[in-house]
Amino acid sequence: MEKFTTLDGLVMPLDRPNVDTDAIIPKQYLKSVKRSGFGPNLFDDWRYLDPGEPGQDHSQRRPNPDFVMNQPRYQGASILLGRENFGCGSSREHAVWALEDAGFRVVIAPSFADIFFNNCFKNGVLPIVLDADVLDRLFAAVEAREGYRLTVDLEAQTITTPDGETIGFEVDEFRKYCLLNGLDDIGLTLQHADDIRAYEQRRRQEAPWLFSEDV
Amino acid sequence: MGGKTLYDKLWDAHLVREDDNGTALIYIDRHLVHEVTSPQAFEGLRLAGRKPWRTDAVLAVPDHNVPTIDRGDGVAGISDPVARIQVETLDSNCRDFGITEFHMDDPRQGIVHVIGPEQGATLPGMTVVCGDSHTSTHGAFGAMAFGIGTSEVEHVLATQCLIQKKSKNMQVRVEGEPGPGVTAKDVVLAIIGEIGTAGGTGYAIEFAGSAIESLSIEGRMTLCNMAIEAGARCGMVAVDDKTIDYVRGRPFAPRGEMLERAIESWRQLHSDPDAQFDRVVPLRAEDIRPQVTWGTSPEMVVPVDGVVPDPATESDEVKRSGMRKALDYMGLEAGTPITDIRIDRVFIGSCTNSRIEDLRAAAAVAKGRKVADNVRQAMVVPGSGLVKQQAEAEGLDRVFIEAGFEWREPGCSMCLAMNADRLEPGERCASTSNRNFEGRQGAGGRTHLVSPAMAAAAAVSGHFVDARELL
Repeated sequence: MEKFTTLDGLVMPLDRPNVDTDAIIPKQYLKSVKRSGFGPNLFDDWRYLDPGEPGQDHSQRRPNPDFVMNQPRYQGASILLGRENFGCGSSREHAVWALEDAGFRVVIAPSFADIFFNNCFKNGVLPIVLDADVLDRLFAAVEAREGYRLTVDLEAQTITTPDGETIGFEVDEFRKYCLLNGLDDIGLTLQHADDIRAYEQRRRQEAPWLFSEDV
Repeated sequence: MGGKTLYDKLWDAHLVREDDNGTALIYIDRHLVHEVTSPQAFEGLRLAGRKPWRTDAVLAVPDHNVPTIDRGDGVAGISDPVARIQVETLDSNCRDFGITEFHMDDPRQGIVHVIGPEQGATLPGMTVVCGDSHTSTHGAFGAMAFGIGTSEVEHVLATQCLIQKKSKNMQVRVEGEPGPGVTAKDVVLAIIGEIGTAGGTGYAIEFAGSAIESLSIEGRMTLCNMAIEAGARCGMVAVDDKTIDYVRGRPFAPRGEMLERAIESWRQLHSDPDAQFDRVVPLRAEDIRPQVTWGTSPEMVVPVDGVVPDPATESDEVKRSGMRKALDYMGLEAGTPITDIRIDRVFIGSCTNSRIEDLRAAAAVAKGRKVADNVRQAMVVPGSGLVKQQAEAEGLDRVFIEAGFEWREPGCSMCLAMNADRLEPGERCASTSNRNFEGRQGAGGRTHLVSPAMAAAAAVSGHFVDARELL
């Protein structure tokens, strides 16, 4: 996983609640057996006017000029502003792969769906929860000023606005540690292999039916 | 010290270790795997030179991508080459890593959340995970069951554990008796309407109360299935005699003396009377009528005798704008009676509502009637090959076919439209699935979530009606 330490990035607003993972990456792209290449299909149904199918030449497609991602001022954005319940629905990690592949490393919203939130941390993407009124202000500021950027510092747990305002945010200690160091958490868990084996041994006594070998 | 909730008990029983900051390692008893969210996980294992920790805990089945017609040529006959590769990849991964898989041509094949319980691979007291958000379904057995992403699929394969933080406890308490013709689907849609699609975020929900106790196990699966639509990763119901009767005799369930020992332990799987919940949501079953969603989020739901709501009456600006977008997408006007909404397609199936009781409920409405002329297609997709066999033994397939429904092979089908079963832009569908998101059943498609009886009633009427009038 790629490390996340600090990011100074252009901000793109996506002003609607309950953005689900079907909208982030539509189902037809989930047939891939790879982890990469989902970026061009991020928000596919909103982003293009023509129907999307895997394997298309994206230069031949018709972008929807009304969708925020197609507006020139947001090209190159790496920070996404969202509303309540961002990432709800399907557990597809492809949603985070698509965001990451399209260049987004931070998503800021008043609330996230649990599975999506979890998936972000596994892919070097930082989801940040801020109060809805702080988000309201950020949405207004982004709309008002072209080229609006934010600086996110994970170590310090701060977001700095162009006006120098500093907004603090919470992040789970373990997840922060993994992100800052780009750590593979399977490796970390396997350091506790003895604990897992000890648990299994105890559990085999208590509930042997869970270890039936018929399966 | 107060008593424990069911979730507390399940959590404690699976805790391998915990750090000072509450980050825990939780042991996973059952890992269900399907073709869409697993290939990258297996690839990750290969790249790191890792092996599955415990292959006997894993059960795999292709479901999302499989065709529901023309299965004669097996996997080789899947016409979409990309889908075919994904199913073949699951087959080869399971073969390479020594994992039990029900192949596409196996009569036990079906939707992963239907076959787990059907086989007794889901047992009370287990932790059950799958790379699919509707894994909450298995909570119906007093299990801690939740959906995970692909990185976590790899993590469970490699370590048999997951890194978790404990959720808060919510109890949704439904007391009273649901009226005749009011189903588990209506109950759960009403619950989501009440608490909202983010209402359960950060919580594990236990469904309790006399109305929940009176539900069949299949009804409880429908209920827990949609806990994720309320934002909760897991939903659960306490174990009772019905749970134990359901599990007894299933192929993967314990037998004989081992079963008796297991039952003794399963009897403890309920919240203690003095357990404390962080939030309790009370509902009266008598207040719940058959439900129909009108928008693009499952919380956008009203009773069948209601009308499409007016965004102008919503005080929250973000919600109001969300409602406007939804009405625009759905092609609906505020104030329209739900029963005036005409439909083009009907889908009866999905991990929410494709079990035998669901098919019986739909068939009871369809029997002796015909699919309305304006309905272009009505299809019934059983949840598994065994559900299909059972339905055929009961003659339900004849009822559906005579009424003009299509009778299909098992799979996820038009719940998410990864295979060929999908809506065309602008088409309106009465669907027994779980998500009415934009484009969920096909780009531009318009989904209304309902119970199986309500879907069948809409099919034969051409528009939504209260299914109770046809019973």
